[in-house]
Amino acid sequence: MSDFSAIDTGKEAGAGDFLQLLKPRVMSLVVFTALVGLLVAPVSVHPFVAFTAILFIALGGGASGALNMWYDADIDRIMRRTQNRPVPAGRISEGEALGFGLALSLISCLMLGLAANWFAGAFLAFTIFFYVVIYTMWLKRSTPQNIVIGGAAGAFPPMIGWAVATGGVSLESILMFALIFMWTPPHFWALALFMKDDYSKAGVPMLTVTHGRPATRRHILIYTLALVPFALALGFTSIGGPVYLAISVALNLWFIKGAIGIFRRDEAQAEADKYRSEKAFFAFSLAYLFLHFGALLVEKSLAAYGMGGW
Amino acid sequence: MALQVEHELHRRRFGRNIALGAALGAFVLLVFVLTIVKVSRQDEHGNPPGMVSTTEAGQ
Repeated sequence: MSDFSAIDTGKEAGAGDFLQLLKPRVMSLVVFTALVGLLVAPVSVHPFVAFTAILFIALGGGASGALNMWYDADIDRIMRRTQNRPVPAGRISEGEALGFGLALSLISCLMLGLAANWFAGAFLAFTIFFYVVIYTMWLKRSTPQNIVIGGAAGAFPPMIGWAVATGGVSLESILMFALIFMWTPPHFWALALFMKDDYSKAGVPMLTVTHGRPATRRHILIYTLALVPFALALGFTSIGGPVYLAISVALNLWFIKGAIGIFRRDEAQAEADKYRSEKAFFAFSLAYLFLHFGALLVEKSLAAYGMGGW
Repeated sequence: MALQVEHELHRRRFGRNIALGAALGAFVLLVFVLTIVKVSRQDEHGNPPGMVSTTEAGQ
């Protein structure tokens, strides 16, 4: 009987649905930053070990995405942007998403431990725990600072990449963490300004809902200013150099200019030009992060010719 | 009622099985190559390189 009802609903999950559970877009950021963390480290890693490590860091990130979609299915059903995700759409059951996420978490941490070292494996396990338990289960629904602290989960990958190569933590890896950690709030709050999701109906205390839009604009400016010292400080470490610093100064000046622009606008102006500044700031924030990490790679490649670094 | 008719459901289930098979195959290959890499890079004491030794790092 159950077979017939399954055919009636026609909601059998395809392979693509399980892929969607891994949040591939988020995964691309994880892969890139973890790869940079691994490559700029002062210890070289065998290319195949590096490939395996990055693969399982990505899989671990995907696993936390699946666990997030399992736990947040109730919210995702309410918000229009997320209604078509596999779990709220009914293509994958909540139990399947949970099992998939847990199994992948276990495999990715074990394999990273075996391929690289156990510190990196444990670090990945902690990152998944942080994203799923601390952010998804606890902070996301309880505080408007959810984005700020939850951003740490997205900031760990370069530290894991660094740990794959060196087996530990250092000032450089902490500053790479700080760069993403401080960058996350302005990035997501700019998105929250123009993506008018129904967070309040879903019971998610976004800053735009709890403190209002002018307060969110002020927060974007404050966090952008707080981000700058960390971005520049990275340039004075062993993995930075003149090229990084020059790129970073230019990017930060432009980012501050954008944040001031957002701070000075009110909702009427934003509505009038359909949130053009906010959208531009959001798009630039992606380039900001990408180019900072790209600049670290440039320094590393120049070092091969005796030119990078200080 | 024709019971042999292939429902769209079966096609999706087949796709899922192929993807799972491919993932398992890739995993086996990955562990195999990783083993070759690790074993062939053991130092003279037979220690598996959890971390690359300083001499290798300088290369």
